[in-house]
This record gives sequence, C-alpha cells and structure tokens, in this order.
Amino acid sequence: MNKARLLLFIPLVLFAVLALLFWRGLSLDPNNMPSALLDKPVPAFSLPRLENLQETRDENILKGKVSLLNVWATWCETCYIEHPFLLQLKAQGIHIVGVDYKDKTESAQQWIAKYGNPYNEIVVDEDGRLGLDLGVFGAPETYVVDKNGVIRYKHIGDVNQKTWNEKIKPVVDSLQ
Amino acid sequence: MVPELGQFALILALCLSVALTVLPLLGAHYGNSLLMHSGRSLAVGFFTFVAIAFACLTYAFAHDDFTVTYVASNSNSLLPYMYKLTAVWGGHEGSLLLWILMLSGWTLAVAVFSRSLPLDMQARVLGVLGFIAVGLLLFIVITSNPFDRNLPLPPQDGSDLNPLLQDPGFIIHPPFLYMGYVGFSVCFAFAIAALLAGRLDSAWARWSRPWATLAWGFLSVGIALGSWWAYYELGWGGWWFWDPVENASFMPWIVGTALLHSLATTEKRGLFKSWTILLAIFTFSLSLLGTFLVRSGILTSVHAFANDPERGVFILVFLLIIVGGSLTLYALRAPVVKSEIGFNWFSRETFLLFNNIILNVTMVTVLLGTLYPLVADALGWGKISVGPPYFNFFFLPLMGLLCLLMAFGPLANWKRTPAKHLLLMLWKPWSISLVLALLFPWFYRPETYSFAAATAVFIGSWITTALLADVIYRLRNSASVLGGLQKLSLSYYAMAVAHLGIAVTLIGVSLTSIYSVERDLRMEEQQSVELMGYSFTMQSIKKVQGPNYVADEAFITVTHNGKPLDDMHPQKRRYTARGMMMTEVALDVGLFRDIYVAMGEPVGEKAWAMRVHVKPFVRWIWLGALMMAFGAFLSVLDKRYRRVGAAVSSEVKPVATVAGKGLVNE
Repeated sequence: MNKARLLLFIPLVLFAVLALLFWRGLSLDPNNMPSALLDKPVPAFSLPRLENLQETRDENILKGKVSLLNVWATWCETCYIEHPFLLQLKAQGIHIVGVDYKDKTESAQQWIAKYGNPYNEIVVDEDGRLGLDLGVFGAPETYVVDKNGVIRYKHIGDVNQKTWNEKIKPVVDSLQ
Repeated sequence: MVPELGQFALILALCLSVALTVLPLLGAHYGNSLLMHSGRSLAVGFFTFVAIAFACLTYAFAHDDFTVTYVASNSNSLLPYMYKLTAVWGGHEGSLLLWILMLSGWTLAVAVFSRSLPLDMQARVLGVLGFIAVGLLLFIVITSNPFDRNLPLPPQDGSDLNPLLQDPGFIIHPPFLYMGYVGFSVCFAFAIAALLAGRLDSAWARWSRPWATLAWGFLSVGIALGSWWAYYELGWGGWWFWDPVENASFMPWIVGTALLHSLATTEKRGLFKSWTILLAIFTFSLSLLGTFLVRSGILTSVHAFANDPERGVFILVFLLIIVGGSLTLYALRAPVVKSEIGFNWFSRETFLLFNNIILNVTMVTVLLGTLYPLVADALGWGKISVGPPYFNFFFLPLMGLLCLLMAFGPLANWKRTPAKHLLLMLWKPWSISLVLALLFPWFYRPETYSFAAATAVFIGSWITTALLADVIYRLRNSASVLGGLQKLSLSYYAMAVAHLGIAVTLIGVSLTSIYSVERDLRMEEQQSVELMGYSFTMQSIKKVQGPNYVADEAFITVTHNGKPLDDMHPQKRRYTARGMMMTEVALDVGLFRDIYVAMGEPVGEKAWAMRVHVKPFVRWIWLGALMMAFGAFLSVLDKRYRRVGAAVSSEVKPVATVAGKGLVNE
C-alpha cells in the first residue's frame, strides 16, 4: 500500500476515536450526578447577594431546612420556561436558593424585578466558581439539599410539574 | 385496526428495503440486468408502504385514537385540528417516521429521475439508499414503534402536544429540515456507488450535484424556519442559540456548502475528486450524527425530547456501520492518483479551495464546541457547558474571511487569473463598499458610531458590488443589456442569488445584533413608553379563552413619531392540559425593523412586566436564507442537468489565458 493511500485512512481513524467517545458518552448520563458530590455537603462558598452585592452569603443558608439549590442564568432559555414553575413552588412554601451562574448581574437583577422572585435567597456566581465546585453541566440545574446542607439529589434541565412530581418531590418529602 | 395496518405497512416496508439493498447491489456486482432493474420497482414499493404507515398514524391523530400511546402523549381532543395533524411529528417516534418518509420520497425521486443513468450506477445508488432505510426501519420497528397500543386501559384524553410546538412555524420546520438532512443521503449514495463501481469521474459529480444542491436548499429553509420559530415563539427575541441541536442541523449545512463548491470543481475541472467524495460522506454522516445527538440523550438540550440510552446504542451502532463502513470503503477505493490538471495560485480553483478549507475549519470548531461537554465528561474532566461566546469567537472571524474571499470566486477564471485583472475589476467595488460602510453607521445612528456595523456593511456590499461588477463585465460585448442578461446561464443567476443571500443574511445578523434595543418594564393601563421614536401605550388587559388554553391578552397601541402605526395583542397563555405557560409574542413586521412585544409576568394589580424590542434588519436573516434556497432551486433547473445521459468524463473546457478574452465561467 502506498503512502498516499495511508493518508486516506485518516478520516476513518478520526471517526473511530469519535465513536469510542460516543460509546463512552452513552454510558454516562448527563443528568446523573457525579457520585463524588452525592451525599456530600454543598461545597463551601462565600458569594454576594443579588439584592445587595455588598453583602455575602455562604453555605449556611442551606442549613436548617430542606432546600432546592437552583442554578440559573438570564442567558439560559430553559430557565425562562422553568421560572413560572419555581414561582409556584415558592408559593407552596418550598425554600429555594438561587445561584445566578456566569451571568451579567445587572440583567439578573432586571430579570428578577420583572418576572418575580421565586428564590428565598440568590447568590451571584459571576465567574462560575461555585458552579465548577458543584460540577454544573449547564443551567438550569437543581439540587435537593437536606437540613444539614448535604446534597441528596441533582436534577439537570428544567423543573416542571412532571419532573417535580416524579423525581424531585419524593426526595424532598423523604427528607422532611 | 388502522394502527395495526400502519404497523404492518412498516414491517412490509422493512422487508422491501432489505430486498432493495440486496437485489440491485447483487445485480450490479454480477452484471445481472434483471436484478438491477428490480431496484426501481422496489423503491416504489418501499415508498408506498412507508406512506401508508404515515397515513395510518395521521389517521390515528385525526380521530383522537388515544389507545395509541404515541397519540395519547402528543395530542388532546381539544387540540385544533391542524395541530392534530402536525402533532404526528411532535415526538420522537413520529419524527423518526417522518425522517423515513422523506428518505423513501428521495429514493422514489432517484428511481424516477435517474433513468438516464447507467443501469449499474442506478442500481447501486438505490441499493445504498435501501441500506440506509433498513437501519432506520429496524430502529423504528424495534425501539420506537409509533403504533404501540396502550390497552386495556387507554387514557380518557391525551396529554396534549407540547405548547411550544403548537405553532404554524413548527408545522413546516421539521419537514423542511428533514428534507435537507435526508436529501444528503442521495449524494452520499452516489458517492458510495461511485466508490463501489470504481468509477470516479466528472460524470459522477454532474449526477450528484443537483441532488446535493436541492438538499442544501431545503436544509437552508429548514434552519431559517427553525430560527424564525424560536424568534417569535420562545418570547425573548433571540434567533440563534448555538444549542447542540441547532448545531446538529448547522454542521451538515456548513459541510454541505463546502460540498456544493467542491462538486462544482470536480464537475468542471475534474479536480478534488477524493476530497469531494469525502465531503459527501461527511455531510450525510453529520446529518446522522445530528439524529444521534438529538435522540440518544447524550447531550442535554432544549430540543432533546423523549430520549433514551437504548435508542442511543442503536443509533450509534447504525452510525458505526454507515460511517465506519463508508470511510473504510473510501480509504480502500478512493483514487490516490494525483490529478495532472494543475491550476495557478490565482484561479477559481484556489478560491474554491479556500472556501472548502474555511468551511471545514468552521465545522470543526462547531463540532468541538458541541461535543466538548461530552469529551470532558468521558475523560472525567467534569461536566462543562460551552456557550455562545466560544462559538461567536470562532464563527464570526471565519465567516468574515469567507465572505471577503467570496467576492473573488465568481470573478476568477478557472485555472489561472492574472492578479492584475482581478485588481482592475475589483477596485471600484472595493472603494464603493468602503465609502458605503463608513457612511452607513453615521447616517443610521449618528449618536453612537459602530465600527462593527461598518465592517458588516462593508462585507455585505463588497459581495454585492463585486457580483455587479462581474455582471457588467460579462455584458461588455452584448449589444443590449437585456440581450446580455438573457445569455447568462440559469446557474449563473442561481449562484448570484445565493451569494447575495449570504450578503443579506450577514447584514441582517450583524445589524440586528448591533442595533437592537430592548426595554423590560412594568406597564399599567393607559401607561406609555417611548423606544427609538416608537411610543407604546397599554390600552387594556383582558382574559381570552382559546380552544385548549386561557390567556391574558394586552392591547397595546403603537405610534411612530406621533402617527398611529399598529395595534398589538401579545398574550400570556396557560395551556390547560399540561399547565404550561407560554408567551405569545405580538409583532409588527417590517423590512427594516421589527417591533416585538412580549408579556412577562403580572406584577401587582393590573400591571404587567412587558418586554418591548425594536429589532432593525432582523427579517434580513431569514430573507437571505430564502434567497440562498431560491438560488439552489434555480440552479437545479439549469438545462445542463436535463441533457439526457450526458456522461462526459473529465470534461475540461478550453480556458482563456488572457484576461478579457472569452471568459468561460459558467
């Protein structure tokens, strides 16, 4: 086989690498929590509040009651869809902490002012540091955190009536 | 009964597609003309039974047959009739069936329109298409049967079509997109058939070129429709999000564009043969990859409805066979003989080569961005998402460069163009564009001079004026302008329209991004707000009852510089079956600006959060895409494709060596 012919195998080799990757990817569920963080405390943080950037909040705001930790951003279209449902949850008395993830703080403030605030507290994670510690894959993501500040469940994608009823609510109820 | 008929028809279609794969390919291998001839009738049969299955599913939707699981989860008795019919492709199973219907349609078209092809070529092409069909039909029959019944206890009513999809844009978006995706299978089949037969000449390129062009035209419309739909349906004014699924449809388009240009070179000059074959394989592979990414749940995305890893495994195996198989065949059979036909540094070939390089680099950056989260996950680097900044960072400069070079291509001769000639032709367009570009931002919005807008206008008018210069040059020897224009070939016009479309889209994208203004505010009845000379007054808010939703509807009057302009009625709908909230945007559409009003949330008594946009030139984005598609459809009508059996091999036309003496660019 001559040298020029060997070059023609390059696309095949590249594809083989890609296929291996896909094979690996299939066994990984992007919605699955990296096991490392499940049943571990929420990583320590100290971040400014969206409502008043001079003040900071840390992981202790997640202690004392069962909370949802919701990662959102104004650039995230699904968050927009999720938002009304979070408002409903808040009305039902669910304690929700928002993480404004890699976002323009100003747009986030406008967003909240305009669409209403489903969160009991919002911290600003502008450079995505907390997101990195949490292993955020993309917004929106929602973590169920128990009374001791330990992560019990992670949901990727929007929380809606269906996912709430089927996946998240059972976890929340079991922790109450 | 009808769903069972549909299921039966699908199984028959599967059997026929197996025959369609085996018989004609065997016939072509052994030179048995009876077997080769069977391809055409089998293709007709394959199409017929898929169409029957599709009709059966449509019937089940039309008659609210909620015993069928798929119908129950995607329709509702209150759903308007039109949406019941289009809900057929509202979920995974149905959209897969639509995919197969498109494939069978293209196969039928090949069977009907390729009578002039050599019999063995025709048989091989149909055989390859049949093979693709076997994979997809197995997929639908085994893992995603749309006709599964939910007995003995069917639900009383369906859970409704996703409200996001209850929209006219959605009725036509998937069919066009799939027409494009699947259309590339024909070009792929031609490439594989040529490799199998070991006959890779210009005739091959000539045969597959109209198919590739047609598919590309459909895909352009499909992508534009998707963007348009997102613009007015998602309610926040964006029109492109670099979402994995958008990228999945965009990558075949990018490589398909490269393929069109490479095919032209292969047809006209017999160059880049192996490369063109590879692009044909790539384009279809990316279409399949798109399906895989959307259907397997391997990436999270707003589009990823109804995914399931088991299906992912199936598509991956299918992908391995089709792509792996065709690349192996390519590696073993593609010609390695170096073309004897050379070309000069300044020639149309060079510009087409640049076009191909830039487009492929673009595709690779998009692919990397799309797959990076997956790579990072697979290699244990954590879960990461890649956002628009990454894509824009690479995409914008690459496209800018491509468009700058684009102006040269049509003017350059094949083989060799003296640089002086190009210079002579182009200094005027260059200067005119420069002046236009520098003046535009100053006239359009004097208060903030935007250099980005100047750049965009420059590139857009550079493409346009260079084309004009070319037309004028071509007409230089004609007695009358009209006579000269008539002499230009249809494919020349097609090229010009498509290139103009690029300029229009480019200007639309840039100016919209730069000049759009939006205001989010709280509005009460009788309250007014000013934005860019437009005044919006909220007149009233009332409750409206729709067929399957209830809505709050605002009535807003718009005046421009004091003159009444339009009444707008944005809505906030609540779809009762799923309890989903949807924003129904009100639009005042114009060629130079859109006015866009969306309702947010109620804030207190009688007051609502409203989002008001003025979006200049946003229509140009889709107008340009339609022009590209129109160009594609026009070029297919060119008379040279109707020359029956024009199997001219490595046709090389005499090429002018001196500028200004008989350019033979077609």
